[in-house]
Amino acid sequence: MSPDFLNTIEVILNGLMAGVMYSLVALGFVLIFKASGIFNYAQGVMALFAAMTLVGFQTGQVPFSHLINAVFGTSIHSFGWTLPAVVAVLLTVVVMILFAILVERLVLKHLVNQEPIILFMATIGLAYFMEGMGDLMWGSEMKILDVGVPQGGSLWLEEFTAGWATEGSTYYGMYIDRLDIVATVVAIVLVISLTLFSQYTRTGRALRAVADDHQAALSVGISLRKIWVIVWAIAGIVAMVAGIMWGAKSGVQFSLSLIALKALPVLILGGFTSIPGAIIGGLIIGVGEKLFEYGVGPLIGGATENWFAYVLALIFLVFRPQGLFGDKIIERV
Amino acid sequence: MKGLKAAGIAMVAALTSTTAVADLVFPSLSYRTGPYAVNGIPYADGYEDYLTLVNERDGGIGGVKAKVLECETGYNTQKGVECYEATKGEGALVYQPLSTGITYQLIPKATADGIPVHSMGYGRTSAKNGKVFSHIFNYPVNYWDGASHAVNHILDVNGGDIAGKTIALVYHNSAYGKEPIRTLEELSKKHGYKFTPIAVDHPGQEQKSQWLQIRRERPDYVLMWGWGVMNQVAIQEAANIRFPMENFIGIWWSGSENDVLPAGIKANGYKALTFHGVGSDFPIFDDIKKYVVDAGKAAGAGDQVGTVLYNRGLYAALLAVEAAKVAQEIHGTKDINAAQMRDGMEALVIDNAKMEALGIPGFGPEFSVDCGNHGGPGLGAVQQWDAEAGTWSLISDFAPSDMDVIQPLIDEDSSAFATENKIEMKECA
Repeated sequence: MSPDFLNTIEVILNGLMAGVMYSLVALGFVLIFKASGIFNYAQGVMALFAAMTLVGFQTGQVPFSHLINAVFGTSIHSFGWTLPAVVAVLLTVVVMILFAILVERLVLKHLVNQEPIILFMATIGLAYFMEGMGDLMWGSEMKILDVGVPQGGSLWLEEFTAGWATEGSTYYGMYIDRLDIVATVVAIVLVISLTLFSQYTRTGRALRAVADDHQAALSVGISLRKIWVIVWAIAGIVAMVAGIMWGAKSGVQFSLSLIALKALPVLILGGFTSIPGAIIGGLIIGVGEKLFEYGVGPLIGGATENWFAYVLALIFLVFRPQGLFGDKIIERV
Repeated sequence: MKGLKAAGIAMVAALTSTTAVADLVFPSLSYRTGPYAVNGIPYADGYEDYLTLVNERDGGIGGVKAKVLECETGYNTQKGVECYEATKGEGALVYQPLSTGITYQLIPKATADGIPVHSMGYGRTSAKNGKVFSHIFNYPVNYWDGASHAVNHILDVNGGDIAGKTIALVYHNSAYGKEPIRTLEELSKKHGYKFTPIAVDHPGQEQKSQWLQIRRERPDYVLMWGWGVMNQVAIQEAANIRFPMENFIGIWWSGSENDVLPAGIKANGYKALTFHGVGSDFPIFDDIKKYVVDAGKAAGAGDQVGTVLYNRGLYAALLAVEAAKVAQEIHGTKDINAAQMRDGMEALVIDNAKMEALGIPGFGPEFSVDCGNHGGPGLGAVQQWDAEAGTWSLISDFAPSDMDVIQPLIDEDSSAFATENKIEMKECA
C-alpha cells in the first residue's frame, strides 16, 4: 500500500478517536437537554470542577485551604494522604451527585415553568459560580491528573503496520494514542450503560417519559424534581469522565472548561436530543475536521479544525435543522 | 484648650499630608482568572512580591513607597485596555501588560498619554526602535531575538552547519504566535534549513493533526511559540510520538514548570529559551522569604517562589524599580511622574555589579538602553528540563541574536509604522 493511503487511514482513525472525545463532552449536554429542555452552559465547567475535585481527593488537598489560611493565618494545604484513583473517582461521583441535588434545590426548583432562555441564563450563572467555587476550593494552579490511563502511541500497532507500505517507501507505522483507545472503550461502556439504564430500569423509563412529554409524565405521578436530580447527577458523572480523559493530556486547569466548545458542532450535527446522535455527530466531526486539516490545511495555512467543525455542522443544518437524530419540533399556531 | 490642641494637631497633619510625597504607582495588569491564569498568577505574584520587598526592606524606592494597582484582564485585550483607562489617572508610572494583544492596543494610547510601556520579551518587536516608539520599551529581548537564539542553539549543537536540516515551528495561531515566522524564514535563507510553520488554534487543547504531521515529516527540530494549555498539550503530544525532547525548543513563554509537569518523566530534556536565570539559589530569595512570605505579605500562597514565571514577574518589577531609581537621579526628585520614568527607562544600565548589589548576581544579562535602542542587545540563553529533579538548568551563556538579519527587519517594520502613523523619527545623539 502507498504511504499516502496509509496516512489517510491513520488520519481517519485518529479522527474517529478524536470524535469519541468530543462525544464524551456532548453526551452531558444531550442528557440534560433531553430531560429538561435546558441547554446547560455549565457542562464544560462541570468537567473542570469534577477533574479538580478528583485530583484534590487523590492528592489529599484541603478544600478552601487558601481561604482558611488567609482568614485564620494558618498554613494548611494537605491532609497528608494519597488516595487510590478508584477511591478518588468514587468520592468525586458522590460530590457530583451532591452537586446535582444542590442545583435542583437552589436553582431549578425555583425556575419551573420558566422560559427555556431563563433556564439557559441560569446555567450561565451556574458556570461562573462553579468556576469561582472550583478555584476557591482547590486553587487555580494547574494540577497533574494521573489515574493510570496509558498515554502515547501503541508500539505494537506501529510495528505491526510498519511493513504494510510499499517496499522502499518511508513509512513509520500507524499511530494511535492509547489514551484515545481507552476513551473509546469508556465511551462505548458509557453509552451501553445509559441505554440499558433507560430501557430496563424503572427510573430510566421515567426519565424517558419526562423526555417525551413533561406534562404527561407529571400526570402519571413521575416526580420531575427527582428526575432532574438524576439527570444532572448522570451528566456530572459524564463530565467527570470527559474531564479525566482531556485532563490527562493537558493537566487540570481552566482551559478544560473550554472543551465544551468542541461539543457544540457535534450537538448541532447530531441533534440535542439523541445519545446516538452525540456519538455519530462526534465521529463525523472528528473525521471531517482531521481529513480537512490533512488534505486542505497545509494549502491554506493550517489551523482549520476549529472553524471547519462548525462549517461542517452548518452544512448538515441546512438539510436537517433538527440535526441528524434530533426530534423535529412542530409548533402549531 | 484640649479642643484647640486637637485642632492644631489636625491642621499640622493636614499641611504635612499635602506636602508628603505620593506613592510611586506601578499598575499590574494581571490575569488570575481565565484560560491563561495558570501562567498569569505566578507572574503577578513575583511582580507584586518584589515591590513589597522593596517597601518592607528598603523603605521604598529612594524612600518613596511603591504601590501596586492590580487590575484583572483575564488576558482579554478589551479588558486590558479598560484596566489601562481605569488606572492611568492614578499616577501610573509604567505598564507591563503581559500580553502582546494588549500591548499592541496600548502603543498609541500610552504614547499619546505620555506613559511608558515595558513589554519584556513580548509585544511589538520593532518597538525596539526608540526613534519611532518613544514610549515603548522591550528590553532585554524580543521575539525576533528569540527566533535567532533558537537557530543559534541549533547551529551550536550541529557544529555551525544546519544546511539541509528541517525545522518546524508549532505556533499559537495569533499575532503572538506568528511573530517569529518572518525571522525564521530569513534565517532559513541564510543557513539553508527547510522551514515548516504549523499553526495551532486557540486554546490548543487539541493538536492531534499537527503532531501527526510532525510524525510523518520527521523534522530535525521543532520550535514552539505557545502559551497556556497549548504548551502542555504540545509537550505531551511530542512525548507521545516519541519526538526527541532535546530537539524540541520552546520560546520563553513555553518554558515554565507548568508546561512540562503534565508529561511527567517523558518531558525530560525539553528545552526552552530564557532571558533570565532559573531557580531560587540567589540571596534575594532569602529576603523575599524573610520580608514578604514569612511576614504574611506575599501576593499569593508563597508556593510559587523560584518558579520560572514568578522569577520573570520579579525580574520585571526589578527592572521597573531600577528605572525609577535612574529617573529619580536624572530629575533630582523622588516623586517622579510617568514622563520622568520614561527618561529613566531610556537611560537604564544593568550590569553585573548592580545585579550583585541587588542580591541577584548573574540572574540576567548585562544590558543598556538608549534613545535609539529600546530593546537592549537581545541577549538570551537556553534552559533544559530535568524531569527527575523537577528543575530547569541553564545550558548556555546569555548570547546575542543575529542582528545582521534582525536589524533590517526592525528598521523596515518600524519605518512602515512611522509612515502609517505619520510619526516623525526622533533624532538620537
